[in-house]
Amino acid sequence: MLRLIFGLSVIAGPVLADQHPEAGRVLSIGGAVTEIVHVLGQQDRLVARDSTSSFPPSVEALPDVGYIRALSAEGVLSVEPDLILAEEGAGPPEVVALLRDSGIPYETIPGGTDADGLAAKIEAVAEALGVPEAASEPVAKLRADLQAAAEVAQRQDPARVMFILSVQGGRIMASGTGTEADAMINLAGAINAIDAFEGYKPVTDEAILAAAPDVILMMLRGEASASHGAPDDQLFSLPALAPTPAARDGRVIRMDGLYLLGFGPRTGKAARDLHDAIYGEAHGRD
Amino acid sequence: MVAIDVPHAPIAGDRSRRGRGAAIGLAALLLVVAALALDHGAAGTPAWEVLGKIMTGHEVTQADRIVVLQIRLPRLLTGLLVGASLAMSGAIMQGLFRNPLADPGLLGVSAGAGLGAIAAIVLGGMLPATMAAAMGWHMVPIAAFAGGWVSMITLYAIATRRGRTSIATMLLAGIALAAMIGALSGLIVFHADDDQLRDLTFWGLGSLAGSSWPKLAAAAPLIIAGLAAAPFLARGLNGLALGEASAAHVGINVQRIKAVAILSAACATGASVAISGGIGFVGIVVPHLLRLISGPDHRWLLVNAALLGATVLIGADMISRSVVAPAELPIGIVTAMIGGPFFMWVLLSNRRTLDE
Repeated sequence: MLRLIFGLSVIAGPVLADQHPEAGRVLSIGGAVTEIVHVLGQQDRLVARDSTSSFPPSVEALPDVGYIRALSAEGVLSVEPDLILAEEGAGPPEVVALLRDSGIPYETIPGGTDADGLAAKIEAVAEALGVPEAASEPVAKLRADLQAAAEVAQRQDPARVMFILSVQGGRIMASGTGTEADAMINLAGAINAIDAFEGYKPVTDEAILAAAPDVILMMLRGEASASHGAPDDQLFSLPALAPTPAARDGRVIRMDGLYLLGFGPRTGKAARDLHDAIYGEAHGRD
Repeated sequence: MVAIDVPHAPIAGDRSRRGRGAAIGLAALLLVVAALALDHGAAGTPAWEVLGKIMTGHEVTQADRIVVLQIRLPRLLTGLLVGASLAMSGAIMQGLFRNPLADPGLLGVSAGAGLGAIAAIVLGGMLPATMAAAMGWHMVPIAAFAGGWVSMITLYAIATRRGRTSIATMLLAGIALAAMIGALSGLIVFHADDDQLRDLTFWGLGSLAGSSWPKLAAAAPLIIAGLAAAPFLARGLNGLALGEASAAHVGINVQRIKAVAILSAACATGASVAISGGIGFVGIVVPHLLRLISGPDHRWLLVNAALLGATVLIGADMISRSVVAPAELPIGIVTAMIGGPFFMWVLLSNRRTLDE
């Protein structure tokens, strides 16, 4: 009987489920979704976030319901949301099913790494929050940023960029194709030096030599690695990296992980920043 | 092979009394911890009050109803059954292998279940859509259970010749099988993407967060069947402590004891691992602790292990969902982080007894 009631409420739901202008306690799950809520000017409605939401820094004051793919049903309910906005891939599935059963509106925000996908993300969040018109400005800005990035990205001699996810015990985990890092390198007008496999995988030293990256791209980890010096020296003294053009020119770019790979409203700007970091600001900017 | 020689002395009268006393104490402790666990959680819902209202037909909010009936209650029962089955299966395996370090992992159940889960997480997307849709999010538990059973049956078949099961062969073949399964798991992990790797990590640490009535309904019969075998095993395992030949001389059907022990432990742990992932530590530590407290008599050891295992897991789950609330820690981290040092302390303070 309980099942039946829940079932009916789901069937009757969709009309109401799209827009929730009245929702004053919004839980945002996913770094990009949280950023979008902010660019839409709706941050006052947020009551909690997940652990991947770290921008803008003010969101870190909100309760953290855990990692996007390992949520706890009771933890989510305990922040008493009246709207849950979750990026695609939030889970585990049984927890999501339970949350949907609970009668709290649960809106899934689609993923996407290209201009249309990113615009759709922003529009979906705006729609769910019941402020569809608020999307037009951020979407226009995002498209302009991406357009600008695409224009400066038209290059005769694209740089070969290798994204390193981690270096542990000298073993390098790099990004192949089909990843956010790969998409970002392309948006910045460079090419991924590693194209022999999909996803993030350990690479042999010889393959790195053969890939001959001009630039190494990494995520910023903590304050210490932000400073130049020891970490970069250590990186380039690895046998695999030492003979590469990147080591010769000492080219390593470190960027905030969410900014670089979050694929939210700042992505167009991040692509331009990455482009400038690779080619120098003198090139391509008007 | 036997690192520590725990005395498996035949049963003395006062040991038996201590076993009964411990059972009463442990049952009371379990009730208290279970009552607390139900009442306690991130949402702050007073469960007993809500339950009272539901039973007397009063109105409760939908959120309260969900927290109590759909989240905490299935989770409590899952913790109860999983904890009981892990600890009791550990006690059975330690009796069967006559080694206090034995756990159900030696049967290949855990390794096989791990392989099943990894395969489902990474390769699940390759299944025909209708099949995947039919299983839904139960795909991982189903695959884990199947993987555990296939490897256990393989091992049992390898170790059994002409109706006799060689425990030594089983142990050695188990090591070989675990190595092969590990390699195969590694191969699949290599093909996993970033998100799948995260899922694998979380599965490996174990969690009761995905507990639900349908999952519990699927696993409970198997776990209960495994637990129910205990009374029939106690006398046989006591006899086996004297050695197989002696046990046979006093009229124990050794082959049947082995078969029932292996099947019941595999049944209970296979289903437990399938619904809660890999929760280590409980299976080895709980029986060991009880042997130090109330002696090695399996007539009480098995029952007490079930009681204490359930208590430990429910308690650990309560911690795992409160320390970082509203988020939660995987329970395997809690059982190892709190249980490890505690167990070390117990061992050190009992060093003299162990060295005898």
